[in-house]
Amino acid sequence: MYTKPEHSGNSKGGRPLSHAEDTGSRRDFLYVATATTGAVAVGAAVWPLIDQMNASADVQALAAKEVDISGVDVGTQLTVKWLGKPVFIRHRTDGEIEASRNTPLDDLKDPTSQNNADWNADASDANRALDEEGKWLVMIGVCTHLGCIPLGGALGDFGGWFCPCHGSHYDTAGRIRKGPAPLNLRVPNAAFISETVIKLG
Amino acid sequence: MSGIPHDTYEPKSNSAKWLHARLPIVGLIYNTIMIPTPKNLNWMWIWGIVLAFTLVLQIITGIILAMHYTPNVSLAFQSVEHIMRNVNYGWLIRYTHMNGATLFFIAVYLHIFRGLYYGSYKAPREVTWIIGMLIYLAMMATGFLGYVLPWGQMSFWGATVITGLFGAVPGVGESLQAWLLGGPSVDNATLNRFFSLHYLLPFVIVALVALHIWAFHTTGNSNPTGVEVRRSSKTEVEKDTLPFWPYFVIKDLYALVVVLIVFAAVIGFMPNFFGEPDNYIMADPLKTPPHIVPEWYYLPFYAILRAFTDEVMVVQFASFITGGIITAKFFGVIAMFGSIFVMALVPWLDTSRTRSGRFRPAFKFFFWLLAFDFMFLMWLGSRPAEEPYASMALYASFYWFGYFLVILPLLGLFEKPQSPPDTIEADFDSHYPPKPAE
Repeated sequence: MYTKPEHSGNSKGGRPLSHAEDTGSRRDFLYVATATTGAVAVGAAVWPLIDQMNASADVQALAAKEVDISGVDVGTQLTVKWLGKPVFIRHRTDGEIEASRNTPLDDLKDPTSQNNADWNADASDANRALDEEGKWLVMIGVCTHLGCIPLGGALGDFGGWFCPCHGSHYDTAGRIRKGPAPLNLRVPNAAFISETVIKLG
Repeated sequence: MSGIPHDTYEPKSNSAKWLHARLPIVGLIYNTIMIPTPKNLNWMWIWGIVLAFTLVLQIITGIILAMHYTPNVSLAFQSVEHIMRNVNYGWLIRYTHMNGATLFFIAVYLHIFRGLYYGSYKAPREVTWIIGMLIYLAMMATGFLGYVLPWGQMSFWGATVITGLFGAVPGVGESLQAWLLGGPSVDNATLNRFFSLHYLLPFVIVALVALHIWAFHTTGNSNPTGVEVRRSSKTEVEKDTLPFWPYFVIKDLYALVVVLIVFAAVIGFMPNFFGEPDNYIMADPLKTPPHIVPEWYYLPFYAILRAFTDEVMVVQFASFITGGIITAKFFGVIAMFGSIFVMALVPWLDTSRTRSGRFRPAFKFFFWLLAFDFMFLMWLGSRPAEEPYASMALYASFYWFGYFLVILPLLGLFEKPQSPPDTIEADFDSHYPPKPAE
């Protein structure tokens, strides 16, 4: 049976090993080096098998979209599909803007803006609406609870959106007010590139 | 294979000896089907065979369906309609596969609750129980993946809600979810991988079933009295048991035929009874159905998932001590998986030394309350998420956890059980008195 040679310098029968007494033998080094190289190689080989499940190039390529909003009247909402998800573009009424601006921030369940443009801002109406007047509100129409699509426009207990799946109520700025959802509806990167065209992404 | 002494296979012909010396497979099969089986098994011990049959049925019908199905978002829905309308007997094969899933889960729930009542999970059968729980999890995953394939509205939104659960994991949730879906939302990449995995998992289940059978063939079957087979000699064993073949095979086949008569009637007369009409509408990523419900067999756990909202004190407490890392959403996910996890731990949570619930008067009460709780949660899971259902679901969830985490550990210490019969033979003879010798 093979036994590992002893490493001590004064061993009687074993091969004397010159420098390696205190720091481990050449053999130990080879074990560790081989195992490390092997682990790196296995990791490198496995990574493509894992990463293939992430979004492919053609899926990622659909990252920006331009939307014509000239036909969206006051008090109505346009829903477009962007990145496989619905985006709500709402032309708010004055009443809705006012209701949202008059809501004290203390009443909100989620005090953050949930706006891609500035994550650290608070959830005031100005930090969520697209323009200064607050006429336009652009949000990803996916309930932050479990991903259903809230029903839009002047619905629910707060006159905004209502998710039929598990009963989350959002107000006229898309902020969560009641129900199981933890966060406000997310505001994506969006900007006017002309009077009537909004660019998403 | 079995720890119980019994006849083993002896090859007789020369060719049998030749094979046996090289691959003792005939011996393996012989020992497996001739295993000494407690002769007092009642009708609740038939569900294992029903499950084995259903697994094979699902694999065969599934392989056939895959010959006609197209896993692509623009064609999947139509290819299912193609199977229903154009493929010869396609409707029969699809309805069998669809309702086969229902049969599978009815049988597995009866099988699990039989184990819970008769204490089948107790030493030395803990490993059998754990493997069984793994099979159950694999079944749930397979059922979920399969339900997405027809690409109807419920398929799509079910997939969105369930993969959303992974998005609730703190920190890595969103990237994990995108990785599972292959993009920002449920789409073609998701459908393709779900098809691949739905095809794979049943074979994993086959392997787990082999381990499950191997494990309980090593310990021997449990039985309604919970009394172990006497195994000091073969003569003693023969007083307590009968070989699986032919006695129990014939009994199980009889039960299987009865079950299949009902199954065939469902396929023939009410094939969509367990389904949702919304799944005959093609998936639309821009329109959520007004009321999303999972398949009936997930409903109890869906009810537990939804029960824990922000208003619940336990949730607020968990959120407070973790500094907000555990949100209500994540808590619900933990509770849902936890409800199955506590069931998997039951061999160690149940402190009673009396194995079978038949001899535990107080246990019986709590057990039947659990069975009722399970059905109640199932009903609650199908209700909309509003009062009074939300509070009811919360109390019912508490009982589920209370049964495993509080009642079972304490009951074993306080309950005074009745004494079981000394032997399986005595139990059997008290039901079927031996005829006087001639």
